[in-house]
Amino acid sequence: MRVVKNTFAAAAVAALLAPTAALAQEPVKIGTVMFLSGPAAAPFGVPAKQAFEFVVEQLNAGKAPAPYNKKGFGGSKIETAVLDEAGSTTTQVTEFRNLVQRDKVDLVIGYVSSGNCLAVAPVAEELKKLTNFFDCGTPRIFEDNDYKYVFRTSPTATMDSVGAALYVKDAKPGVKSIAGINQNYAWGQDSWGDFEASMKQLVPNLEVKTSQMPKLFAGQYNTEISTLLGANADVIHSSFFDGDLEALLLQAAPRGLFKKSMGVLTTGETVIYKLGAQIPDGTVIGARGPFGPYAPHNAYNTWFHNGYKAKFNSEPNYASYQMAQAILGVKLAWEKAMAANGGKRPTNEEVGAALAHLSYEGPGGLVRMTNGKGHQAIMDTAYGESKYANGKLEIVKIKRYPAEMVNPPEGVKSADWIKSGFKK
Amino acid sequence: MDQILPVIADGIIYSAWLFIAALGLTLIYGVMKIVNVTHGSFYALGAYAGASFTGAWLARGYPPVLSYVVLLVAAVLVTLVFAPIIERGILRFMYARDEVVILLITYALFLVLEDTIKLIWGVNPYFVAEPYALLGSFDIGGLPYPTYNLIMVGLALVAGGGLMWLLRGTRVGKLLTVVIHDPEVSRALGINVGRYYLATFTFGSMLAAIGGSFTAPTVSVVPGLGVDVIVLSFAVVVIGGLGSLPGAALGAVIVGLVRSVSVHYAPQLELFVIYLVMAMVLAFRPRGLFSLAEPRKI
Amino acid sequence: MSRDRTPLALGAIFVAIAAAGPFLPPWLLFILTLAIARGLVALGLMLLLRAGLVSFGQALYYCIGAYTAGALGIRLGVSDVLLQALAGAAVAALAAWILGFLLARYRGIFFGLLSLALSMILYGVIVKNEALGSTDGLNVLPSTLFGMKPHEGWLRYSVLVAASGAALIAALLVHRYLATPLGRLAPAIKDNEIRVEYMGASARQAIHVKYVIAATLAGMGGALAATTVGHIDPDMAYWTTSGEFIFVTILAGTGSVIAPFLGALIFGAIHTVAYDLSPNTWQMSLGAALLALILFLPDGVWSLFARRKAA
Repeated sequence: MRVVKNTFAAAAVAALLAPTAALAQEPVKIGTVMFLSGPAAAPFGVPAKQAFEFVVEQLNAGKAPAPYNKKGFGGSKIETAVLDEAGSTTTQVTEFRNLVQRDKVDLVIGYVSSGNCLAVAPVAEELKKLTNFFDCGTPRIFEDNDYKYVFRTSPTATMDSVGAALYVKDAKPGVKSIAGINQNYAWGQDSWGDFEASMKQLVPNLEVKTSQMPKLFAGQYNTEISTLLGANADVIHSSFFDGDLEALLLQAAPRGLFKKSMGVLTTGETVIYKLGAQIPDGTVIGARGPFGPYAPHNAYNTWFHNGYKAKFNSEPNYASYQMAQAILGVKLAWEKAMAANGGKRPTNEEVGAALAHLSYEGPGGLVRMTNGKGHQAIMDTAYGESKYANGKLEIVKIKRYPAEMVNPPEGVKSADWIKSGFKK
Repeated sequence: MDQILPVIADGIIYSAWLFIAALGLTLIYGVMKIVNVTHGSFYALGAYAGASFTGAWLARGYPPVLSYVVLLVAAVLVTLVFAPIIERGILRFMYARDEVVILLITYALFLVLEDTIKLIWGVNPYFVAEPYALLGSFDIGGLPYPTYNLIMVGLALVAGGGLMWLLRGTRVGKLLTVVIHDPEVSRALGINVGRYYLATFTFGSMLAAIGGSFTAPTVSVVPGLGVDVIVLSFAVVVIGGLGSLPGAALGAVIVGLVRSVSVHYAPQLELFVIYLVMAMVLAFRPRGLFSLAEPRKI
Repeated sequence: MSRDRTPLALGAIFVAIAAAGPFLPPWLLFILTLAIARGLVALGLMLLLRAGLVSFGQALYYCIGAYTAGALGIRLGVSDVLLQALAGAAVAALAAWILGFLLARYRGIFFGLLSLALSMILYGVIVKNEALGSTDGLNVLPSTLFGMKPHEGWLRYSVLVAASGAALIAALLVHRYLATPLGRLAPAIKDNEIRVEYMGASARQAIHVKYVIAATLAGMGGALAATTVGHIDPDMAYWTTSGEFIFVTILAGTGSVIAPFLGALIFGAIHTVAYDLSPNTWQMSLGAALLALILFLPDGVWSLFARRKAA
């Protein structure tokens, strides 16, 4: 009922502000980019695209819970332009320029790949186009550069590795040795690097048995599994995602790898809905933040989770949550900027100023834009262990870690922060 | 050194997979002189067909032991649908063109097939883990290995041996050798060259599809599955000598073992070890290990 | 064929780009600049193709050029478009001169695949090297020209004109080279190498020279692409990148030094239109369009112009 009233109120306000409202009623065009083809489509691209569709539809109908219940962006209908993130960074830079200069989008929300984020960021700055990265993980974006128009409403990958290390220390006291299997590209190398460094800080005299780095999308891991079985480490860390992770789990299951050693899968959440039966109990599952099974019980999560599930008949995964909170953050900033300039349609600069240092509540809980001069979000994180029962994988022994414990303080580089022993 | 047995076992398992993936490529090149990029598409088609057919089979509660037959049938069927269309519909008009132009045509076809697969099966992954886990496992050097790997090794031996017999021991094979050496003279002799090309392309693609289909139970079948297979099987075939069956076998064993050694002892090198082997072999044997002598035309 | 009209045509195209540039939308300027950078690579491939050689690893030099440009900016603070292009070309030429001793012995598919292996080794080395940014790559300094930083609105235009100028000179030189005895040897090498040897020319040497020229052009193209895109990553050395260059070359045809640039432009246009119109099935659209072009224009896009000239 309250929603309806609010819509009425909004309509009334809009009617009163008729002259400026006419301008404000111009639709807001959001360009969005995520993987629609290739191996990253199923785990990230499609769940994110579906979340995007769901949230935009809800916002346009004014059905999201307050304070997101104003129709569209400040009363303006949202229009969308969707692009595939597959292809080289050259392609992505080209298409980003086309999106901004040819399709004239008002802002861009997108990018899963860290390489694409790094390549697009300076272009967004050159074109002065507000761009919010919803998923990519590398901390380098705001650690190596300052940007005015570029934001990231999701935490960096550092949080995932530090959180995983803290959880391992808690869940497996007396851990003596670790091993890793990560994809041989920046994400895999950084994830393992941060995890290894964090573990060494937390557990003195830790032994690193082996670090396997198979080629990305290799698909065949028998040899690596043999080595890991032979290494016999207490804990095996992997930041594999989807297709590769599934292949690893399928090939490891008959050989009992993750029964012998505790598995730590930092992006494991993307596969638990599909492959629950293949994940041995007691495997540590990460969701790159308080998303999916770790999402808090708040009105936004109820709205998002249930609505998404009803619309697409599948569970939203962490990429869906990241996308949802990316849109909501920008919407809130848009409306805040609008309120600040007397209801006129805000410029990208004004929206950016409102988004910097913003704190807001989304389906994953509190998002605080405190790092990277207010452009980089930090959040709490959570890890838990898998338990398969009655045909469904559940997450048990959940531990939460406050944002300050798993993210570096503002102005400190991730790698230095871990090396300093997580100094506040 | 108790690691030595697993190193060899891992190497052979990987070699078997590589060999099955590469066999059809070398056959098609040997007969038709086509560097066939759609080979990767057929690998992916086989994987998708294998995973979805077997999934449906198991979902109906039919006996899981027969799922291996379903994998095979799925690969054969999917090839029979796509390969003749491609060969008869497009490739056969191109045989007069440059090798590289035909390569590009197969690359364009590969792009089209990538999206065709996406339109048929969507982007969500398919799994059928049952055939992989069904047979249990055995121990080598103290490490458990799934028995399914023996099926792959067996399949590689049967496919390689069978093809060898087909080419050297049968009338069809001997006629095919004639076609390989001179298609124009063959035509003059009354051999239906077009039919041999169609059969070769279909059979070679079928080998790729079977490779994909029998890999499906060990992986998650996702878009882009076939891309890496292309370059890997090229590398194997080039190391062995293009168009040579024993060469492909030796190439697969070399790459498999070298990769296994590198994963066990120097995991940092895994990323480019296959290209290093390829560059080294070509540097010393410019036409691969089992190259056929080519007449110098003056 | 009384007069050679190619230099005139090249000059006219350059003037046309420079004159029309200020009136074109910026996204188009960007696509044009990229087409010029890639056209340079394809121009080199065309030289090799005329001698019957197809390199599946030209991305090696494209990537070397790009990382040279990147390193100049990051290590030495040199962000001048033309200096970077020259440096990229020089480093690529040096690398090709060394590798050429090996590669000039190879023909056919083995030439192609050995060059592919070399480019993939470079890919692997960059991926393993965190100082080079691994797969995430590195950002390149914003472009400058003659020590000046162009005004924001003119940045894309300045880079385009600089790239066009560099490409103009390169294309003219290649055109001159094609008219020299060594340049004219290419079709003969393709047809029959033994006859070439009987004539007293060294096919291997001729190929070595062509290989170095092709790499120089690829290095320059890579450096221009790096400063245009503003980002470099090891994908620039990946075999799919080489594949695109070959495609552009075949698409264009070997009839003229202008063809590769036209081919690159058409390839870029098809690519971006396919992305725009069918984000879910762009690969299919791209594949179908390329297939149609090869089927209906067997001698490349350039044959359209050549035919008209003949008429």
